[in-house]
Amino acid sequence: MPVLREKNRIIDQDGIRRALTRIAHEIIERNKGTDNLVLIGIRRRGVPLARRLADNIKEIEGSQVPVGVLDITLYRDDLSTLGYQPIVRQTEVNFSIEGKKVVLVDDVLYTGRTTRAAMDAIMDLGRPQNIQLAALIDRGHRELPIRADYVGKNVPTARLELVEVRLVEFDGVDEVVIMEKT
Amino acid sequence: MYKHKDLLGLKGLAAEELIFLLDTARPMKEVISRPIKKVPTLRGRTVMNLFYENSTRTRGSFELAAKYLSADCVNISSSSSSVAKGESLYDTARTIQAQGADVIVLRHPMAGAPHMLAKAVKAAVINAGDGAHEHPTQALLDLFTVREQRGKIAGLTVTIIGDILHSRVARSNIWGFTTLGAEVRVCGPPTLMPVELTQTGARVFYRIEEALEGADVVMMLRIQAERQQQGLFPGLREYSRLYGLNRERLSLAKPDVLVMHPGPVNRGVELGHDTADGPESVIEEQVTNGVAVRMALLYLLTGGGAHNEADY
Amino acid sequence: MKLIIKGGRLLDPASGRDETADVYVQDGSISSPFAPDENTEIIDATGKLVAPGFIDMHVHLREPGYEYKETIATGTAAAARGGFTGVACMPNTNPVTDNRFIIEFVRRRAAESGQANVYPIGAISRGSRGEELAELGDMRDAGAVAFSDDGRPVSDAGLMRRAMQYCRMLDAPVISHCEEKSLAAGGVMHEGYQSTILGLKGIPSSAEEVMVARDIILAAETGCSLHIAHLSTAGSVALVREAKKRGYPVTAEATPQHFTLTDRAVAQYNTAAKVNPPLRGDRDVQALREGLADGTIDVIATDHAPHTYDEKNVEFDLAPFGLVGLETAVGLVWTELVHTGILTPLQAVAKLAYNPACILGINRGTLTEGSAADITIIDPGITESVDPERFAGKGKNTPFAGRTLQGLPVITIRSGHYSYKI
Repeated sequence: MPVLREKNRIIDQDGIRRALTRIAHEIIERNKGTDNLVLIGIRRRGVPLARRLADNIKEIEGSQVPVGVLDITLYRDDLSTLGYQPIVRQTEVNFSIEGKKVVLVDDVLYTGRTTRAAMDAIMDLGRPQNIQLAALIDRGHRELPIRADYVGKNVPTARLELVEVRLVEFDGVDEVVIMEKT
Repeated sequence: MYKHKDLLGLKGLAAEELIFLLDTARPMKEVISRPIKKVPTLRGRTVMNLFYENSTRTRGSFELAAKYLSADCVNISSSSSSVAKGESLYDTARTIQAQGADVIVLRHPMAGAPHMLAKAVKAAVINAGDGAHEHPTQALLDLFTVREQRGKIAGLTVTIIGDILHSRVARSNIWGFTTLGAEVRVCGPPTLMPVELTQTGARVFYRIEEALEGADVVMMLRIQAERQQQGLFPGLREYSRLYGLNRERLSLAKPDVLVMHPGPVNRGVELGHDTADGPESVIEEQVTNGVAVRMALLYLLTGGGAHNEADY
Repeated sequence: MKLIIKGGRLLDPASGRDETADVYVQDGSISSPFAPDENTEIIDATGKLVAPGFIDMHVHLREPGYEYKETIATGTAAAARGGFTGVACMPNTNPVTDNRFIIEFVRRRAAESGQANVYPIGAISRGSRGEELAELGDMRDAGAVAFSDDGRPVSDAGLMRRAMQYCRMLDAPVISHCEEKSLAAGGVMHEGYQSTILGLKGIPSSAEEVMVARDIILAAETGCSLHIAHLSTAGSVALVREAKKRGYPVTAEATPQHFTLTDRAVAQYNTAAKVNPPLRGDRDVQALREGLADGTIDVIATDHAPHTYDEKNVEFDLAPFGLVGLETAVGLVWTELVHTGILTPLQAVAKLAYNPACILGINRGTLTEGSAADITIIDPGITESVDPERFAGKGKNTPFAGRTLQGLPVITIRSGHYSYKI
């Protein structure tokens, strides 16, 4: 196991708050309101981000956007190469996504494989009108033709680095740090 | 975490392992509640159902579980296979191994057959019932059902009634429920009760009324008519009178008691319409949960179960 | 060839001698002391035990009929390597040893290819079917040392009574495999907690004890010498003890597997531990050891039952009963009984040599002058891990593989010639 060392903190609590407020505005603007709009957070850290975005949208527009939870484990494309399998958690999408505008929410956009798996999972739940992607951090190094519609911050990184999003809901603090393998 | 190559029985599994298996079955149940009941997880994997005994229910359940996870599934039954030509289990196992099975699901009339198979092949072996030994996936689905209905297992009283001597379901459930902290009572005719069963932690009863007193779960077992021909009990009519579950007897259990049966039910013997189809019955839920539990197992046995989301 | 075995601890139960003494062998017999010449081989037995050649009175040599499992040649080779100079072989061959021609065949094959003396045991009933008496008198004349339907217990009490009446007249013991079939029916292991959790059909202790009691009563009534094979339960030991107290003509044997292992050896469905009678519980093992110590059990025999790898590599229910014992017996006796203080070396030798010879009426089992020079030399200190691949016998079916034994035969001499030397 390589030892990880914290290299630097790139966003603090206020930075995350501002980014999410901006993304909420962009989502409303792009979709011309909140009609037929649903947010789906990708486990784990996409889920609180989606909830916060829904809260922001409610503050701005006054309407509650449904929030779902997506577990993409069963859709991963690397299960046979891992030699072990990640813990499966439940997908909780308690509303129809048929004909909806689905905004997928994730913390870090990296290779694009999570997004690919999430899109497959969404398709198995129904046929949305479109799928959009919101990510707090885009760190580059894409392996698939995928791009985000809403980005909190673009962060150029090296492959050996790790972007860690810490959120109050899981980690007791809101911040984004770059970790370095030593 | 579940770190074994095979699932041969519930005896010896730790509480954490059982809970992990049950937790993994929950998202699987969500998958089978969808309109599109299929996920791509086990694409390119092969599951072989090797059945030396007839069983529509268990085999179908495994087959669906494999298919919902996108695995390829092949059924081999004793009547159609080389088994009928006298091929040994060992040779059959090696053949299946050579054909590239990742998981072998074995149902066999003799206790210990899955242990032998597991030693002979690299593939994961799931015991789908071996003689009077164990039927671990049945017990897992029973545990799942009780946990789902009651939110817990520890502290519950589970009464298993019937031919305990020949019941692999009873044995697996004794291990599963006692490991998770339930009190297990078994009840049946003394000639159909295995010796020294109390060493497992189960309590033994011969009178059904005493066994039902205050029970949270009542699990009825199927009695085989052939046991009567073997002279092991006097007859079905009397058995039904002594050990059948009717509403009057059921009233001795807790008001929110669950009635379970591994199926197929001998209607009019261990259960009647009023108890098999009553509000307490979760027999159909058991069937649905069986698929979810088997999906979880297929998933875990083709890999393991560890956490790794950061590098994805 | 002349031999002098020098400096060993001589153990001769027949005379009660247990002392450091030299043993002289000349012309195949134990002789009075002589001066060594250039043709005399001298064996230094310092620190070793020198005993009369061991006799295993319960062996399955499988010939004729099952030569793929064992032959008289390979079985007696296993005997020699295990320290035995004689074996009594059970009649469950194919065809069953139920007439004088097969007795003669076995003796002839033994003379041609045997590395140990072979004492055939004749069947009690024709085909061991338990229906009509076999020609016991004919077989006795042809050299049968005893009669038994081992492996196929005589269910019919009337038949057993007639067999005993006949055998009394022939002055031959009846060896009884005590198992009441209606109680044992279909069982594959001891009935107890282990059979319950393994889901295997159990053979209750009563299956053996009911028939031990029956046969003791018949022996008392007929006056026939009854030898009860492979005692396995505490209840059987108590019955034999009581029978001896009453002066009935009853002797008994126990096997190393039954005084060493319990039904826990079957865990994981180990077919090597599938034997009949089955391995029992702790209490039974303890009772057998007490019975050996107090003399209730006269003989240690192996019930050597070879099977092939494929025969045992099947579902537990389908595997044949039996394990090979000739090449682990002495090590187990010393490790489990002698080094633990349950038996003195002299008692152990009595149960391995002198007592079986007396029961079978064989003029062996002693080192007194003039006896045949059948000698087993044991090094009580050496240890060995049991490795079935090194067995001389064909069968490798042992539950003792990998077990470390202390006290092993190092030289086996039969009629003055080496049959095994480490």
